[in-house]
Amino acid sequence: MSKNINLLKAEGINKCFGAVVAAKDINMTIQKGERVSLIGSNGAGKTTFMNMVTGYLKPDSGNIYLKNENITFLNPRTITQKGISRSFQIPQIFEPMSTWENILIALGTSQKNHSYFKNARSKENADYINEILSRFSLHEFAHRQVSELPGGVRKLLDIAMALVRKPDILLLDEPTSGVGAEEKYPLMDNIAKALSVENLTVIFVEHDMDIVQNYSERVIAFYQGEIIADGKCDKVLKDENVQEFVTGKTPKRAK
Amino acid sequence: MPLKLLNNVIFQSIFLMSLLIVVGIFIPNWLVFVITKAIAYGLVGLGIITLMRGGLVSFGQGFVFGIGGYTAGLLGTQAGLTDAMLLLFISFLFTGFIGLIIAPLLARYRDIFFAMLSLAFSMVLYGILIKIDAIGGSDGFVLPESTYFGISPSPEYADYILYVVSILMTGVVSILLRYYYNSTPGLIALAVRENELRVEYLGSSAFNVTVLNFTIAAGLGGMGGALNGIALGHIDPEFTYWTTSGEFVFISILAGYLSVPAVFLAALFLELVRSFSGRYFPDTWQLILGVFLILSIIFIPSGIGSFFKQFFDKFKNK
Repeated sequence: MSKNINLLKAEGINKCFGAVVAAKDINMTIQKGERVSLIGSNGAGKTTFMNMVTGYLKPDSGNIYLKNENITFLNPRTITQKGISRSFQIPQIFEPMSTWENILIALGTSQKNHSYFKNARSKENADYINEILSRFSLHEFAHRQVSELPGGVRKLLDIAMALVRKPDILLLDEPTSGVGAEEKYPLMDNIAKALSVENLTVIFVEHDMDIVQNYSERVIAFYQGEIIADGKCDKVLKDENVQEFVTGKTPKRAK
Repeated sequence: MPLKLLNNVIFQSIFLMSLLIVVGIFIPNWLVFVITKAIAYGLVGLGIITLMRGGLVSFGQGFVFGIGGYTAGLLGTQAGLTDAMLLLFISFLFTGFIGLIIAPLLARYRDIFFAMLSLAFSMVLYGILIKIDAIGGSDGFVLPESTYFGISPSPEYADYILYVVSILMTGVVSILLRYYYNSTPGLIALAVRENELRVEYLGSSAFNVTVLNFTIAAGLGGMGGALNGIALGHIDPEFTYWTTSGEFVFISILAGYLSVPAVFLAALFLELVRSFSGRYFPDTWQLILGVFLILSIIFIPSGIGSFFKQFFDKFKNK
């Protein structure tokens, strides 16, 4: 319903690290509500692209627009405030604190007009935190110190924290990396369930093609900093270049 | 209901303040003086633990301690302002303002660079103060007798009245700080300590948190310096010397950043060691402090405040 609204647009993005080309003339448009996965072998430029969208890296040339506003040279904080949140390959959470406190801080950072004398642990905040914990099935871990949590739970918490701000776009950097094979699908089910509540645009970097096929509608394949395929999941995964350079499956070439 | 009341910050603070004011009547004058000095040092320590909550330690709080002391002293000698409460308040505001000016520069640095840059400020100020003869140079100058609402107390009660004033003002500051620590910005400061990058990616500014914390620390340091100057009746450049700054760091490490009262306990400990070793073991007080610092880092790395926190956490869970 709300699709066909251009939310994120990258125009002619180039980025080099010395002789290494990390992004070469990247052009793409992401529409509201899309679930997009970025695939590619290590060093293909997926995370570099993500880092440029979130302001951690600046492109050598080209522009990135969020809702038609140029965000290319904004810092990560401002970009987050404008509506792009992200999770990390290695969860960036506050280790000595509990799950509950981590969400509380994420909630605090998303609120405007902070009071310096009002207790952050208010009932209003507690209700919202409990709702987030329920959505991500994190209730049983609420008061455990996050340094003690298993890998999958840490990933979930990292994503939950990014979602607290109610962003327009959520970027997930390898949400299943470092998670055991048997944990991957329950984790992704959990993430998909939690994200389904809002008509959220999700872009995620992923190496597992089964996960890509099951949880995204659109796939963008990267190879040596270039986009080599972009389109519906089935179509892209059957693309010869993608099979040769990304998935590693030998394409059936016409004789 | 009584349990809820005992957990209330304002109730706890009023109880503690009342207790100290009553106890002050019965203890000898020298101890009243020592506690007042401990409160002055504790205020500076409180500023450092505010910074520590954001992951930073200042080695140069002598800078703000000195500015606070000289502000009170110069207002007394040059402007004839002798009301102790007003002097403490103005020193708090003025030093906080100075802190706000230099904080954006300091907030760009972390770890040892922040610590050493803050130390550099105090060394520069020390160097300037000893060269200005108009304000006593290295000898400093004497402050006029303090008044309270225009009344000059008789000498035998002067120490006790200053003690009461310092307890009341410190009590108010401590309550406000406890509220700040528990507020959203206070919690974000703790998050900055743990993972600055994540705080930025959650949409908050670690820089702003550091500026705010340094400004608060500066104000508290200035108030402590003014109180120390008024209690001693004298101010000199030693206030800004690096060994003075080291004593504040000692207090903060011994106290840890988990409890406000622990800071004042650590400051009292420092003052008592200074007083007793000066009297019974001359020239050994640095040795004694050093040994205590080693022991506290090894055995209570989170400071004595961690005991307070454990106690209150158990109490809350009952």
